[in-house]
Amino acid sequence: MSGVRSFVARRLLLGAAQTVAVVLLVFALTEALPGDAAVALAGDQPDPARVAAIREAMNLDQPAWQRLADWAAGLPHGDLGTSLVSGRPVSQYIADGFAPTLLLAALTVALLVPVGFGLGVLAARHEGRLADRLISSVTLAVYAVPEFALGILLVTVLAIQLGWLPPTAVGYGADLLGHPAALVLPVLVLLARPVCSLVRLVRAGMIDALASPYVAQARRYGVPRARLRYAHALPNALAPAAQQLARTVDWLLSGVIVVEALFVIPGLGTVLLNAIAERDVPVVQGLAVVFGALTVVLNLGADLVALRLAPRTGVAA
Amino acid sequence: MHDESPRQLPSQDRFPGLRRRGFLAATGAASLGAIALTGCGGPDSGDSKGDGTPKRGGRLRAAFAGGGAGETLDPHLSNLFADVARAKALFDKLADYGPDLSARPRLAEKWEPNKSLDRWKVTLRKATFHDGKPVTAKDVLYSYRRITDPDKAFRAKASLEPVDLDASRATGERSIEFVLKRPTAEFPNVLAAFGAYIVPENASDFDKKPIGSGPFRFVSFTPGRSAVFRRNDDYWDGAPHLEELEFVIANEESARVNALLGGQVEYAHELNPTTARAHENKGRIDIVRLPNSAMQAFCMKTDRPPFDDKRVREAFFLIADRKELIDGALSGAGEIGNDLFGKGYEYYADALPQREQDLDKARALLKKADAERLKVTLDTSAVAAGFTEAASIFRDQAKKAGVTIEVKKGSKDSYWNDILDSGTLCCYRSGAMPIETHISQRLLTDSTTNATKWRHKDFDALYQQAQSTRDKTERAAVYARMQRRLYSEGGFLVWGFADWIIGTLPRVKGVETKAPANTLDWARFDKVWLG
Repeated sequence: MSGVRSFVARRLLLGAAQTVAVVLLVFALTEALPGDAAVALAGDQPDPARVAAIREAMNLDQPAWQRLADWAAGLPHGDLGTSLVSGRPVSQYIADGFAPTLLLAALTVALLVPVGFGLGVLAARHEGRLADRLISSVTLAVYAVPEFALGILLVTVLAIQLGWLPPTAVGYGADLLGHPAALVLPVLVLLARPVCSLVRLVRAGMIDALASPYVAQARRYGVPRARLRYAHALPNALAPAAQQLARTVDWLLSGVIVVEALFVIPGLGTVLLNAIAERDVPVVQGLAVVFGALTVVLNLGADLVALRLAPRTGVAA
Repeated sequence: MHDESPRQLPSQDRFPGLRRRGFLAATGAASLGAIALTGCGGPDSGDSKGDGTPKRGGRLRAAFAGGGAGETLDPHLSNLFADVARAKALFDKLADYGPDLSARPRLAEKWEPNKSLDRWKVTLRKATFHDGKPVTAKDVLYSYRRITDPDKAFRAKASLEPVDLDASRATGERSIEFVLKRPTAEFPNVLAAFGAYIVPENASDFDKKPIGSGPFRFVSFTPGRSAVFRRNDDYWDGAPHLEELEFVIANEESARVNALLGGQVEYAHELNPTTARAHENKGRIDIVRLPNSAMQAFCMKTDRPPFDDKRVREAFFLIADRKELIDGALSGAGEIGNDLFGKGYEYYADALPQREQDLDKARALLKKADAERLKVTLDTSAVAAGFTEAASIFRDQAKKAGVTIEVKKGSKDSYWNDILDSGTLCCYRSGAMPIETHISQRLLTDSTTNATKWRHKDFDALYQQAQSTRDKTERAAVYARMQRRLYSEGGFLVWGFADWIIGTLPRVKGVETKAPANTLDWARFDKVWLG
C-alpha cells in the first residue's frame, strides 16, 4: 500500500505545482489582454481622467508583480482577495456561483453514471444486433450536436411550443431546488454529450474485455455468464471510463458557460465570463486556483479508481 | 387582494399628469409631449399600450442584461441599463429627460437662473425618502458632492463639472443656490444627467438597505440575479400601480425572449430586431420599439490624414447608402440619419436636406483631394449590435467609389478606449442625451471623449455663446449654426438611429412607446400595470 501512498503524495505535489503554474499563466494572460479593469469599467465613457481615477482607486497603478504578490500573500490564510469591481470578497463570488454549478453537476453525474454504464453494457451484450446499432447510431448522432444547438432545440420544442417545462431558470437564483422543473432541460443538455461518449467507451471496453483470452478461459471454467460479465469483464472496461468520467465532472464543475447562459443559471461559468470581461483579475485568479485544484484532485481520484479496478495497467505519475 | 381601495384610483393616477401639465405651462418649459409623460391612457397619450383604466396590484418581473456578481445598487455607480432601471425605481433626480431630451422637473419643482446664467436657484418639491425623512437641500448637496469626490470616479462627475459645489449652498430647507463656473443656459440638463441621483445625506452603503425617494422601496437584492422592490405608497408623483417589481438578470438575448415567451417574466429589455420581427403581431408577446434611441455612426478622426481634408470627409458622407446600412446592420429597425446627432430631439436641425448616396460626386471630391485609390482601416468590434455588419456593408459601398476599406475587428472590452485616440475611422454608437451634452462631451477642444478630434476655437466659442444666451429661440439659432457646420464638414458620419426594442406580455399596460432609452419614461415601472 505504501506504493499507492507515495504515488498520491507525488501526484499532490505535482498538482500543487501545476496549480501554481496555472495561476501564473492566467495572471500573465489576463495582464496581456488589451485594456484593464479601469478601461473595461469606463465602457463607452473612456474619459482619460476618469480611467486614471478608476485605475488609482483599484490600485491598478501599482506594478503587476506587486499586485500578484499582494494577492498571493493572502492565499495561505484562505484569502482569495477582493474583487476590483465591487470590492466584495472573491470567496463570496465563488461560493455564490458554486452552489448552482454543484447542483447541476451532481444531478448530471447521478444520471450519467447509471445511464452511461447501463446503455454501454447493453450495447456490448447485443454487439452487432439491433439494440447495439440503435444505441451506437443515436449516441453518435447526439454527440455531434453542440450544447447550444441542442439547448435551443429543446427549449423551443419542449418549453415554448409544448409548454411542458419552464424555458429558463431566470429569477430563481440560488433556489434552484425549489423549482425542479427548471432543472430538467439544463440537465438534459449537460447529459447529452457525456452520456454518448461514456456509452461508447464502456461498450468498446466491454467488447474488448469479453473477447479477451482471460474471459474465454473463465468461460471454459464454467463461470456463470452474469458473473463473467459484471465481475470480470466490466471492471476492465471501467478503467478508461473512470478517467472520462473525471474529465466530465471537471468540465461540469468548472461551470458550463453555454448552458448557464442559455438557461440563466448564475454558476461559476457566468462568474468567470463576467470577471474576464471586466478584467477583474482577483476573481479570475481565485477561479483559476479553484479550477486548478479541482482538476488535480479529480484526476488523481480517477487514477486511483483505475488503479483499483485494473491494477495491471499501472498508472504513470 | 390589492383591490380593496379602488376609490383611490382616479385621484392617484389621473391627476399627477394634470398637475404636471399645469406646472410646466406655468414655468414656460412645456412642450405638448409632456402630456403623454404619465402614460395613463388619456385620449392624447402617445401610448399604444395604455388601453383601459390602470389596475392596481400584481408583481411585474423585468429581465435585463446585467453586470454579474459585481452589480451594486449604488445609484451613482450606474453604468448599465439594468443599473439605471433599478436606480430610477429607488431614487429620483432633480430633473429628467422628456422624449425630446429636454429636461423636465422631477424632485426640483422649479429652477430660476440669474441674469448672467451662472447662478441658479432650484426649489425642491415636497418629497420624502422611504424612511419618512423629507428630501432637503442638504441631501442634494451631499449627493452632488459625493458624485464629484475627486477620489472617486463616478460617471456623472463630468456632467456636474460646471457646478462650483464649494460655493453652492442651501438657502432654505428646500431651496438651493447653485453657483456655476461659467454661464450655463442648459443647466437643467446637468440636473437630469445620467447617474445624478439624490440620496439621503451621509448615505454610502447601498447594498444592504438603500433608501431613496423613488416610486419603489427596497425589499431584496442579489447581485447578478435579482432585485425585488415594493410600491412606495407615499411617492410624490403618485404611488405605482404595481404592488411589486422584480428585476431579473438574463445576459443572453435568447434567454430573455424565452423567459418572456414562457411567461417567466412580463417585460424583457433589449431584444434583437430579428426577434422582434419573428414575434411582432403574432399575439404571444407585444413588441415596443423606442425610436431614436441609439445613434449609429462612423467616426472620422478630423486631425489626421486622410480625414484632415474636409473633402474626403464629405466624400465619405456621400458614399454611405444609409437605407442599406439600416436594413443590413439593424435589420430595418431604425431610421436613417443625416450626419447629425439627436434626430427628433430638442434643437435638432431638421431643416437640412437629407443626404443621399452620390458616388460620382464622392469620386470627384476624392480626386480633388488627391485621394483616389484611398486605403483606410475601419475599426469595429462586436461591442454593439450591428457594428461588424455595418462595417462590412460600408466597405462594399466604399469599394464602388474606389476606396479600399480594410475592416479591423478589435476587442469588445476595451473598444471605446482603443478608438478614442488611435485609428482613423471607426464604428460609433451613442445613447440618447441632449444635443448640448453631445457637443460638450465630444465636440469641444477640451471634451473628454472627443473621438472625431473636432477641435475648433470658433466652434467652442459658439457653444459658449449658446450657453450664455438666455432666450431660447436665439439659443436654438446658435445650435442650428453649429449643426450646419457639423453637417457640412464634421467627423461623425451619422447613418442611422436604432430603435430600442422591448418585449412585453400583452397584459402589461402603460408602457411608454415614444421615450428613447435613458429618458424618464423608458423603463419607468411606476406607470405600468398588469391588465
